[in-house]
Amino acid sequence: MRVLAAMSGGVDSAVAAARAAEAGHEVTGIHLALSRNPKSYRTGARGCCTIEDANDARRAADVIGIPFYVWDMSEQFHEAVVEDFLAEYAGGRTPNPCLRCNEKIKFAAVLDRGLALGFDAVATGHYAQLRTGRDGLIEMHRAVDAGKDQSYVLGVLTQEQLAHSLFPLGDSPKAQVREEAARRGLQVAEKPDSHDICFISDGDTGGWLGEKLSDVNRGGAIVDSSGEVLGSHEGSWRYTIGQRKGLRIGTPADDGRPRYVLDIEPVSGTVTVGPREALAVSGLDCIRPLWCGTAPTGPLECTVQLRAHGEEHRAVVVPADSGFTVTLRDLASGIAPGQACVVYDGTRVVGSGTIASTSRG
Amino acid sequence: MTVYLDHAATTPILPEAAAAMTARLGSVGNPNSLHASGRAARRVVEESRETVARALGCRPGEVVFTSGGTESDNLALKGLFWARQAEDPRRTRIISTTVEHHAVLDALDWLAGRGVDVVLTPVDRLGRVDLHALRDAIESDPDSVALVSVMWANNEVGTVQPIADVVALAHAHGIPVHTDAVQAVGQVPVDFAASGVDAMTLTGHKIGGPYGVGALLLRREVQLTPLQHGGGQERDVRSGTIDAPAIAGFATACELAVKHQPELAVRLAGLRDRLVRKVQGVVPDAAYNGDPVSDVDHRLPGNAHLTFPGCEGDSLLMLLDARGIECSTGSACNAGVPQPSHVLLAMGCDDEQARASLRFSLGHTSTEDDIFALVAAIGPVVERARAAGLTSRSTGRDPA
Repeated sequence: MRVLAAMSGGVDSAVAAARAAEAGHEVTGIHLALSRNPKSYRTGARGCCTIEDANDARRAADVIGIPFYVWDMSEQFHEAVVEDFLAEYAGGRTPNPCLRCNEKIKFAAVLDRGLALGFDAVATGHYAQLRTGRDGLIEMHRAVDAGKDQSYVLGVLTQEQLAHSLFPLGDSPKAQVREEAARRGLQVAEKPDSHDICFISDGDTGGWLGEKLSDVNRGGAIVDSSGEVLGSHEGSWRYTIGQRKGLRIGTPADDGRPRYVLDIEPVSGTVTVGPREALAVSGLDCIRPLWCGTAPTGPLECTVQLRAHGEEHRAVVVPADSGFTVTLRDLASGIAPGQACVVYDGTRVVGSGTIASTSRG
Repeated sequence: MTVYLDHAATTPILPEAAAAMTARLGSVGNPNSLHASGRAARRVVEESRETVARALGCRPGEVVFTSGGTESDNLALKGLFWARQAEDPRRTRIISTTVEHHAVLDALDWLAGRGVDVVLTPVDRLGRVDLHALRDAIESDPDSVALVSVMWANNEVGTVQPIADVVALAHAHGIPVHTDAVQAVGQVPVDFAASGVDAMTLTGHKIGGPYGVGALLLRREVQLTPLQHGGGQERDVRSGTIDAPAIAGFATACELAVKHQPELAVRLAGLRDRLVRKVQGVVPDAAYNGDPVSDVDHRLPGNAHLTFPGCEGDSLLMLLDARGIECSTGSACNAGVPQPSHVLLAMGCDDEQARASLRFSLGHTSTEDDIFALVAAIGPVVERARAAGLTSRSTGRDPA
């Protein structure tokens, strides 16, 4: 196959490209320029947004012996990921930009361009496994390395996208990937993993949102469940459901126990706080369903994962008009609208939806 | 088998230049040392200086060897500006054009950030400097102009500038003129003294010489403030141990490039015209950018610059590269991200046209077979790139 290897400049995508080439594919490396104004050097351990990362990717491609190009995807990324991220926060929701990037950029804009240019597939360094099921459909399963499993952020991929995807690292533990990188002479073998959100270079999401959303939401009241005003804040984007730290409420709760963010009402800017047990969620309404294979037609006994690297909850998923509802057999805590609910059948990803609302209790 | 159509980026070294360079590489001797080895090295440098001077119509004392085009441009612009302003503090302006190479534009931008009034004259749709605008810019306040800098020929679209007219306008007010002739030497006739310019940038690797060496030709009477301080090796305006082997190779390349220029220009213009005609035969809506007049007063003979509507230049480049055909999008990278060419934008192209363009540049090793290979590949490549171009306009799939 003719394979387009998306190379961030990190160790995972470098080894993925090397494995794809070794498997006999005709591999071309591409680095996606996602930032409109990339910085020269990385600060901290954030991957894929600097010239240094592009150079790391180029050097890895040299060592592997494949052609390499930089593709400017900054406009598409800004439109589909950054603006969406801002709009979601402005609407009081908590988005996951990595899922969005996979859905709209890596396995859409990049894949579509690649297919048009004569490539057959996109290979990435994501930790997930692809198999062909008995029905002939491509199944995506959790990675062998549970600590690195990234099937959650790939839960937005459809059958058509999966049919043109390669995840060469899904069967390997991370430690083995680093060893292999060193053995292959890849300079990025010891490069730290990237964390946080790639387009917020200093990692201060609250500060970044404050700068971008200052016109949208200037502040509001912090209240308890009875509506009593406990304090005020300078922008609801600073809060996420389940947050405990940084509330800066002067008076302690009557029972002296810590308080958590229970709800964010974006129009008035009201942030509701309360005790931990009030965070418990027993049900979800999800919109924008994306199924990896066949969509479920009736109630499905399954598990769901509600945040990246989060735990699994036993659940029943029932298809609904604009998405699906989830009844959680294991209660979840601190679940925010905007997050993705990824549905699993054992290790297999069934699909995903965006959490629109939660039911408590 | 590689089809190399990127001679404007760098052209293969001439065997004679490589021989002249390697002949010196094994010999010890700092040209500034006083002993026999030093004198031997100095002799190579001075003979090279005379060779360059002979080839380009200047005096040997007017050749300042540098590390290449970027250094020569920076030295000319900053050095001339500072020297002229020191002479008369009213000189606060530099007049140039919107289509200069980044070695000029970025140096000017740096100066502008330090209070220099930089005026960039527009160009017409063919990339030629607007002489009326240039005259207006000078005559609005001639005493404030420290220097004028206009490239001899454009590196992207190959347009040859009316340097004689530029010189006449500037010299009428006693203003010195610098020209970046990096792309011109060896392609069109270049004579320093006859042109009347006061400073001229040259580089080795675009004319069949080695990398990392070039010169600033600088009229004897022109004062220039040095940028690099040290031993003052080159006329007290450029310090640094003189690279005798590279200079020997550079001088040989200069001599041969100028000697063979007339016949090379005829041969390349013929090849180039066939390239354009045949590519347009396969891709009828491919637009030929720059000056369509084929002679050396209008266009570099090795330059063919084409816009392929609906395509991304990056896609075209990648697809041609995969078929062994090497060319350039002609655009500079801004922090690693390819930008639409400032030259095409200045010529009135929109962003999309600018991004849909490729530069094919021919040189001394180019053959008819190169043209055949390109013409055979360009049809399917453009078709592919067009299909991909359409996908990249939308942001992937519609939201569910």
